[in-house]
Amino acid sequence: MNELQTTREQSMGWLITRRFFKHKLAGFALGILIILVLASILAFVTPYSPTDQVPTNSFQKPDMQHWFGTDELGRDIFTRILYGGRVSLTVGLLSTVLSITVGIIVGALSGYFGGYLDSILMRITDAFLTFPSIFVLILLAGFLREQQIPWLQNSVFVVIIIIAALSWMWPARLVRGLFLVLREREFINATRALGGSDLRIIVRHILPNCIGPILVSGTLQMASAIITESGLSYLGFGVQPPTPTWGSILATAQNQVFRAPWIAFYPGLMIFVTVMVINYIGDGLRDAFDPYVIHSDN
Amino acid sequence: MRTYALRRVIQTIPILFIISILLFIMVRSAPGGPLTAARRNPNISKEQLEALEEKLGLNDPLPVQYGRWMGAMLTGNLGDSIKFHRPVNEMIAERIPNTLLLVGVSFLITLIVAVPIGVWSARKPYSKFDYAMTTVTFIGQSIPVYWLGLGLIIIFYVTLKNPFTGMPFFPVGGMNSQGKSGDLLDTLWHMVLPVAALSLGWIAWYSRFLRSSMLDVLHEDYVRTARAKGAVDSVVYYKHALRNAILPLVTLIALDLPSLFAGALFVETIFSWPGMGRLFWDAAKGRDYPVLLGVVMITAVLIIFCNILADLAYGWLNPQVKYE
Repeated sequence: MNELQTTREQSMGWLITRRFFKHKLAGFALGILIILVLASILAFVTPYSPTDQVPTNSFQKPDMQHWFGTDELGRDIFTRILYGGRVSLTVGLLSTVLSITVGIIVGALSGYFGGYLDSILMRITDAFLTFPSIFVLILLAGFLREQQIPWLQNSVFVVIIIIAALSWMWPARLVRGLFLVLREREFINATRALGGSDLRIIVRHILPNCIGPILVSGTLQMASAIITESGLSYLGFGVQPPTPTWGSILATAQNQVFRAPWIAFYPGLMIFVTVMVINYIGDGLRDAFDPYVIHSDN
Repeated sequence: MRTYALRRVIQTIPILFIISILLFIMVRSAPGGPLTAARRNPNISKEQLEALEEKLGLNDPLPVQYGRWMGAMLTGNLGDSIKFHRPVNEMIAERIPNTLLLVGVSFLITLIVAVPIGVWSARKPYSKFDYAMTTVTFIGQSIPVYWLGLGLIIIFYVTLKNPFTGMPFFPVGGMNSQGKSGDLLDTLWHMVLPVAALSLGWIAWYSRFLRSSMLDVLHEDYVRTARAKGAVDSVVYYKHALRNAILPLVTLIALDLPSLFAGALFVETIFSWPGMGRLFWDAAKGRDYPVLLGVVMITAVLIIFCNILADLAYGWLNPQVKYE
């Protein structure tokens, strides 16, 4: 029995992987994302520090020593962008995981049990959806950083938490919708008849059927989390200096737009490429999980 | 229909209530509070500070303070700005029209461009045009609005100059050139770059959505019927199919409103457009809490109001929907 199950799961995973790589651009995008991740992990190989200031070396144009030039404090922009990638990718990934976890819990409870619980949870979800998000993000960022909670002194954590706090509603609605449909299906009835507990039905039987849509929406969410993080840092309310992030490099670039317009190009390009690549991966995943998509070479 | 609208308005009350409580707690539990500046001032004695706290009601229990704040807000009084010592209502009222102008024009342009792109892509799916548009929309969707705005400034203000006058092609900053306030043409000229920065992402997003929505509709029987009776393509697409394809867009726009305002905040900040977003950004840097609370509450009300409007519009566009 157990053995049978594992073979079937493997073949399903294999099928989806194969379908994913049929989407050529998605495979290509995945490759670029891996390179971006590796580059930011291996950021320490550059000979420069992302934060040490070398005032004599400010505003160097891009050349062999400084591939992307230097900023007003003489810091190498290429190095800062590599280190900035660590922050942006971490924030994107962790805030998405957090928001999807919350979203799955709320959506599953709401969709599975229905009734009063559903009305209350959905009212709260609606309230969060009408929040003018960016305004509340800025308010929250300032608020949380001023609290005397030790690990919230780190602005990266603050940004992860507030982005998740204002984005769990989308997966919650998605999961609720899926649960509403799936809980009425025969195989769930069968499980119930066999005496499966609510928890077992939710975790073992319904949730595995929601993985595809959740993964797809997760990629979209990660893309938008990266844009939001960079935006907050750009406005000065995200990750605080001297920690480099793509958003804060862009913010300094804006102040130097007449003296050194090239600074603005690279951090934005990195945000753009990362977001685009994640969007393409999402597109590939959607096709891979959708049994109705027919590939041209089939 | 009228009772439905009324019920929707009543339903928003608990939502606004939750929002206001959360905001209130957030602002009031921030350390320092409104008297931080006064506390640092050596000329103000401890007794004076206590008197001030008493006068402003900061010693009352939080629920009492909330009640007072809510009561004042319901009568349309959002308090005074700590920094500018002006009523927040007044400050916001000055800015709302500017934000609505920027967002409204950008949105109009978005629809004018996105609808034909979406329809044309769906007309011949997987054609060269469709592939090109899919790529362009993917790019448009992934460009962060702040980078695009900065790029437009660098290209059209810093780098390129009008060869005849040696001046930049477009101004960046504010709504009017000096001494030209109220000049509509001048304002439009100032709007070109902000509107371009704001619309591109929206055009990409909505044209893509409309394409898939059109593709869903084009399989329907009534479209085939329209073709069978000999309707020309443009009538089939724009009169029959588009009407149904555009319905989901109405709901989508309503859900997107918070992010539309977010885009406006970035563009206003980059281009110094004197709207609510810019006001909020300035207030956030100076911790001007009454202004922050006021802007968030007003925007929330605006968003909820537009949501109701979108619901009603949906019913008006789709007679199948019955309001119970």
